[in-house]
Amino acid sequence: MKKFDKDRVLLGLAAPVLSVLGALIVTGLVLLASGKEPFHAFHVMLTYGSKSDSQVYILNKATPYYLSGLAVAIGFRMNLFNIGVDGQYRLAAFFAAAVGGSMSIPGIIQIPIIILTAMVVGAAWAAIAGVLKVTRGVSEVISTIMLNSIAGIVIGYFLQDGRLGVTDKLANTITTKPIPSGSHLFNFTTQTDPVVGFIVFAGLAGVVYWFVLSRTRFGFDLRSVGRSESAAQASGVSVKKMVIVSMLISGAMAGLVGMSTLLNQSYQFSTDFPAGIGFTGIAVALLGRNNPIGIAVGALLWAFLERASNGLEFEGYDKEIVGVIQGAIVLAVVIAYELVRRYGLARQQRQVGAELAAAGSDDKQEVTA
Amino acid sequence: MKSRCYARSVLPAAPSPSLPRYVRPPPPSAAPSEPRHRPEPFPRGECAINASTSPPAVELRGITKRFPGVVANHDIDITVRSGTVHALVGENGAGKSTLMKILYGMQKPDEGTIAIHGEPAVFGDPGDAIARGIGMVHQHFMLADNLTVLENVVLGSEKTYGIGGRARARIAEISDAYGLGVRPDVLVEDLGVADRQRVEILKVLYRGARILILDEPTAVLVPQEVDALFENLRGLKSEGLTVIFISHKLGEVLSVADEITVIRRGTTVGGADPKKTTARQLAELMVGSELPSPETRESTVTTEPMLTVQGLRMFETDSEGVERTVLDDIAFTIHKGEVLGIAGVEGNGQAELVEAVMGMRGLNAGVLTLDGKDITRTPTRGRREDGVGYIPEDRHRHGLLLEAPLWENRILGHVTERPNSRGFLIDPGAARRDTERIVEEYDVRTPGIEVPAASLSGGNQQKLIVGREMSHLPKLLIAAHPTRGVDVGAQAQIWDQIRAARREGLAVLLISADLDELIGLSDTLRVMYRGRLVADADPATITPQELGSAMTGAAAGHLAHQPEDPEAPGESGESGESGGEDR
Ligand SMILES: Nc1ncnc2c1ncn2[C@@H]1O[C@H](COP(=O)(O)OP(=O)(O)OP(=O)(O)O)[C@@H](O)[C@H]1O
Ligand SMILES: [Mg+2]
Repeated sequence: MKKFDKDRVLLGLAAPVLSVLGALIVTGLVLLASGKEPFHAFHVMLTYGSKSDSQVYILNKATPYYLSGLAVAIGFRMNLFNIGVDGQYRLAAFFAAAVGGSMSIPGIIQIPIIILTAMVVGAAWAAIAGVLKVTRGVSEVISTIMLNSIAGIVIGYFLQDGRLGVTDKLANTITTKPIPSGSHLFNFTTQTDPVVGFIVFAGLAGVVYWFVLSRTRFGFDLRSVGRSESAAQASGVSVKKMVIVSMLISGAMAGLVGMSTLLNQSYQFSTDFPAGIGFTGIAVALLGRNNPIGIAVGALLWAFLERASNGLEFEGYDKEIVGVIQGAIVLAVVIAYELVRRYGLARQQRQVGAELAAAGSDDKQEVTA
Repeated sequence: MKSRCYARSVLPAAPSPSLPRYVRPPPPSAAPSEPRHRPEPFPRGECAINASTSPPAVELRGITKRFPGVVANHDIDITVRSGTVHALVGENGAGKSTLMKILYGMQKPDEGTIAIHGEPAVFGDPGDAIARGIGMVHQHFMLADNLTVLENVVLGSEKTYGIGGRARARIAEISDAYGLGVRPDVLVEDLGVADRQRVEILKVLYRGARILILDEPTAVLVPQEVDALFENLRGLKSEGLTVIFISHKLGEVLSVADEITVIRRGTTVGGADPKKTTARQLAELMVGSELPSPETRESTVTTEPMLTVQGLRMFETDSEGVERTVLDDIAFTIHKGEVLGIAGVEGNGQAELVEAVMGMRGLNAGVLTLDGKDITRTPTRGRREDGVGYIPEDRHRHGLLLEAPLWENRILGHVTERPNSRGFLIDPGAARRDTERIVEEYDVRTPGIEVPAASLSGGNQQKLIVGREMSHLPKLLIAAHPTRGVDVGAQAQIWDQIRAARREGLAVLLISADLDELIGLSDTLRVMYRGRLVADADPATITPQELGSAMTGAAAGHLAHQPEDPEAPGESGESGESGGEDR
């Protein structure tokens, strides 16, 4: 049995490794076709991407990617496609910033209030899609896409002087009122830039995700719905309630996505607050196959590639090449997992055959059927 | 040797007056035999087809198929002569479905060869098999729920008759010719198991198959429907089609098959001549040991009500916006230790009644009382916690998570109960141990409890579900076709289990298409017709034939047994009698 398990781990690693390799080959071909030397490019990416300031950058970038990946994965686990993480986290961050900027109480109380606000806003925004699906049968894909743009409009409306925004004379932008320094979250100082303290919360979120889904009754119900709605319903799960609850959780998780930026870096919400992380989360969740560790690896890889693209630019490569790699990886992942799965099955069958051949014909009967 | 040349006059069966929906009009002669698409080695309808000269329709040689941890088929040889009905029998997990999936190109054999009409064939996918005139009706339905019947039939063979009017006409033609009563525009989602079974059969006929594989096509059909299907099979045979037929109902097998092959533990253990074999001998050949004889019945019915249903009504709005009454003023009481059997042709409200009692569908009126507690407003989970066990009619739709391992399936439906969980946490260790126990006690044939439910044979999936539901010592068991697809040995075991639990005070709501099961297991019988309980009967005296005719709405009130009336409900006679030997 032991040996079996080791093989399983190896097989488990084979898929992601294969897919990254596949993506590199595709990228290499693209580079060759554009008349550039691929190995040098990869070398540049690797050396630049592993410099110590790059490492910090990667960790800081990966934090929101990871949370976004988790938020998307919760939906995936029950066959819900929450494309709305993007709108949910931006709206959440905006209102959390507005709440944080309007208060000045000790950080130990204020920080939780800010985080809570973000989670509640994210959850509420996601719940709209859930309610629409349950009561009106609107596909969550459509409604969350719409809600993304509505979120943008809502932010645009409130982020004005006299409403929730203030004009920043120096930068010539409109922002929310900055969060007082007493409510800035701790950072981890390094030789270069600091690592965001919110990374701890992201790690915790991953643990909670794993625990709730695979160890609790609720998680079992949620996964049942994802596997078979009709069987889950017959087993006593209220599918409608589950749709709403999981959208709430997914949205609350999405609410955390903007918190590392808000509490560790910008301390305010302005028009240049990072956007598009919700979509990155979809790719990251796919890469990680909804597994909390897999998603972490996916988030780090994504951040690394983005960092590496800067290095490429310095060396005169097109930084878009990284976009090609990212796309190729997502495709390769899907293919690689299927290949590895088939290989594992075939190998196991060969083992069965070999064991049978070794055993006498009497034992054959034992194994059969 | 018996001539396999049938006069064409055999075909138009006497229309069954008792079952208006499945009346067969005289079939248009061209119906199932469009000459196109048919690689036919010899002229159709010619009586010169002779076993000694014409090659067999199907020849499987040395087929071996391994799955992780099991050998499903081991060096199997089978020869199916052209123009015959060939039955394949064997216990659950013997490898029947796997063998047929190999013949249909759904699975590749690890070793062995296939020859169709004497020519070697290698099938990469079902498309190749279909091109060689092979069609298969699967044990578990392969229909897209959210498409209509028409769309399902046409799907994948759009070129045959297009997707519009021509296809529709052809479907109507086949449906009429074979008395299938298929409605083309209904969503498959809204169909019951028997209706879906008929759609599957139609789908195969539509594709113009010359070699038909039927994997347990009768498991959910009532005797009249079985007879209609067999009449059709004989008709098909007389047109030169070859049928391979899998069933656990040995009486049926003996009545329809020309030849029988028995598979045990993945290998062929021999053939049997249906003329000279009894169901009992066949069963012994299958399982390899003598069958347990049915227990003599003793009444365990008490006077304490377990489930009381009063004034139950349910309306349903169909796709045209017309409101229909699907359950009309249903009232009954099941006492502790009582089995209440509901007889009826599918689609008369049984499924809705089950869903109402399970709380999966809202009521329009009525009160449900379980063991003195009003559960009318209790959600499904609450009812399950209160002690309602559920064996669903469609195990894939309502009973299993096919991709999940067995031990997670053991949790399904009982996640809030021991040993599956403690407080809010599930207890995988205890659930795994208990799954091992169920696998052992209920003889679920599986290489382990970590394999997904999908890799179990149909009958073994059923045994797992029965084991799971019985393990929670239910007060009330809702059993819809509880022995669907299980072999005769396991069937007897499940009946014993239900009888034993009944002795401890279990109340059972039993729905079954198998009238022998219904009569043999029930203490009280009710007949359901068009959403109403129209008649009741005493299982001690009623015969399957009498019950069969009552199910068509022919009788109301109390059905008394009439000893001398051999003519009365001739329809269900054949399979009813022979089915009795199953036990
Ligand atoms: N896809 C699969 N993966 C793994 N094992 C499988 C798979 N399909 C079938 N098996 C195994 O192969 C064996 C034969 O299964 P099969 O479905 O052919 O049985 P069967 O004779 O049709 O039984 P039943 O009467 O219960 O339908 C069983 O032990 C089953 O567990
Ligand atoms: Mg089978």
